[in-house]
Amino acid sequence: MAVRNLIDGIREAMHEEMARDERVVLLGEDVGKRGGVFRASEGLVDDFGEQRVIDAPLGESGIVGVAIGMAMNGLVPIAEIQFADFIHPAFNQIVSEAAKIRYRSNNDFHVPMVIRAPFGGGVHGGLYHSQSVEAFFMHVPGLKVVIPSTPADAKGLLKSAIRDEDPVVFFEHKRSYRLVRGEIPEGDVTVPIGKARLVREGKDLSIFAYGLMAFYAEQAADALAKEGISAEVIDLRTLLPLDREAILQSVARTHRALIVHEANHTMGAGAEVAATIAEGALYELDAPIRRLTGPDIPAMPFNTPQEEHFMPNPEKIAQAARELLAL
Amino acid sequence: MARTKESPKATSALGPAEVRKMYRNMLLARTIDERMWTLNRAGKAPFVIPCRGQEAAQVGWAAGLRPTDYFLPYYRDLGVMVTLGYTARQAFLSLLGKAEDVTSGGRQMPGHYGWEERHVITGSSPVTTQVLHAVGIAYASHLRGEDTVAAASLGEGSTSQGDFHEAMNWASIYKLPVLFVVENNGYAISSPQSKEMAVQDAAERALGYGMAGVTVDGTDFFACYEATLQAAERARRGDGPTLLEFKMYRLLPHSSDDDDRTYRSREEVEAWKDRDPILRMKNHVLEAGVMTAEEEGALRSEVQAEVDEAIAYSEAAPYPPVEDMFTHVYAD
Repeated sequence: MAVRNLIDGIREAMHEEMARDERVVLLGEDVGKRGGVFRASEGLVDDFGEQRVIDAPLGESGIVGVAIGMAMNGLVPIAEIQFADFIHPAFNQIVSEAAKIRYRSNNDFHVPMVIRAPFGGGVHGGLYHSQSVEAFFMHVPGLKVVIPSTPADAKGLLKSAIRDEDPVVFFEHKRSYRLVRGEIPEGDVTVPIGKARLVREGKDLSIFAYGLMAFYAEQAADALAKEGISAEVIDLRTLLPLDREAILQSVARTHRALIVHEANHTMGAGAEVAATIAEGALYELDAPIRRLTGPDIPAMPFNTPQEEHFMPNPEKIAQAARELLAL
Repeated sequence: MARTKESPKATSALGPAEVRKMYRNMLLARTIDERMWTLNRAGKAPFVIPCRGQEAAQVGWAAGLRPTDYFLPYYRDLGVMVTLGYTARQAFLSLLGKAEDVTSGGRQMPGHYGWEERHVITGSSPVTTQVLHAVGIAYASHLRGEDTVAAASLGEGSTSQGDFHEAMNWASIYKLPVLFVVENNGYAISSPQSKEMAVQDAAERALGYGMAGVTVDGTDFFACYEATLQAAERARRGDGPTLLEFKMYRLLPHSSDDDDRTYRSREEVEAWKDRDPILRMKNHVLEAGVMTAEEEGALRSEVQAEVDEAIAYSEAAPYPPVEDMFTHVYAD
């Protein structure tokens, strides 16, 4: 199998699902002729036509609200939000509508849809093209929140999200689109939502991460291995529902937990992981839980040194691991 | 596109039996509404959102569509629901949050309609979200080549929301079979129309989207019915969406928790009671010979009896079991 980019997995999943199921449609800004600003939907309009690959008028609430209507009337929409930073105008449609329609109608209606959005920084995107907004959606029962970190998972998880009977918010780290490379299984291979991935086994500590940070955590683990430190890496992959069992089992093996995310510290996804460990594996711990995260400032600055200081990276992760082991 | 203001002429498309049925729908909605208010004041119902004054428009626009069409009513649309077959029992089961409530199994506040069997799409409390859903529903039907219309209603206050603009824009770009039904009752809770928009008629806004906009006397059942028929026909022909505005007056406070004496005069409210749509329809059925005065009286008694029975049934009906609150979060 050839080595390919993460974004190829996204594109291939959409292409295969649209070919497999005529109910699947894609709507978003510039997803048609342009193939998306990141080219995730390149070529789709040629194969499936303008009626199924829809260049939406510029308005995020409209894109999500229209997609919800489509989903309640027999279609399976993939709504693309051009940047996760711009998802907030659609927050009401996602939280008040998509997430609650099955519940509030006592199961009479449901919303099988995917909301895809590129997130994260490290690309000189400044305050409004770098945000990590996943925690907002983790707090909403009725939604699923999925973030792939490898090309194979990008394809397999997106296929599962499209086939899911409930709304899935699917975040793709934009820095990883062409940075993270790997083999992509051909054909109809799905990856289950709600299951973490054991990236590598280790004995000395567990590193929990997702998205680009899972990729960096693996690099950090490589560096640590050369120093004789055995780091286990868990790619959470799904933040809602969180694979609590995988988290607790890993801590039971290593007795130390380092949680890494790029989103800012307070009430980030790491807080839930830490609480899960505190509630379910406190007596397994040999050291306090450590979180390595983005700082609690409003967003990522544009200039190079401040952007670099904001982002966790393999070196910072390895250093945090060493500090945790020294405790 | 056409921008019309005059009420379409009442036609004889509806026979006497159908007119009688429409009057019954209006009376049933009104009677349910009155008794809900009484139950609230007696401390038996936590919350009521009244429809009084809007029954002609509600029954009119619902009757102007087909059972295969899609309905996205807003919280005041009891008249729409009754026209689609919603019974007094169903209304009071919902009012009291009982397990048998067809809209949500007792989960939602009253007035948050949804009824899969009759193509009524589930609604929420944040206003105007439903108009975008109507666009998506119409897009899906259109894509499959179906002959259906999606109609979403809203108060004129909701025309200030961004979702209203986005939905109108989408529907007109793709010429989708959508009816935007504005029930203009003059107030968004306490704010009069003059503080909601700088135009005389909400339907004027249609011009900016290149779609048809029609303002209709919302106390005239026949005008509302006809305007809806025409808009639906346009939509089915592929001529795109219509913004329908029905002008009327909210005769009661916004809800059982509101007190409209704090923001409008009793004289104003009393003046509008002379234009009560129920009174207007009653005069029509009597003058046109659809019913005699005796028959009209008998109809009122029949409706009252139906409501009495529904209240007794609903009060005795069980609540959903507590453990059921954890179901239907996801498919599994």
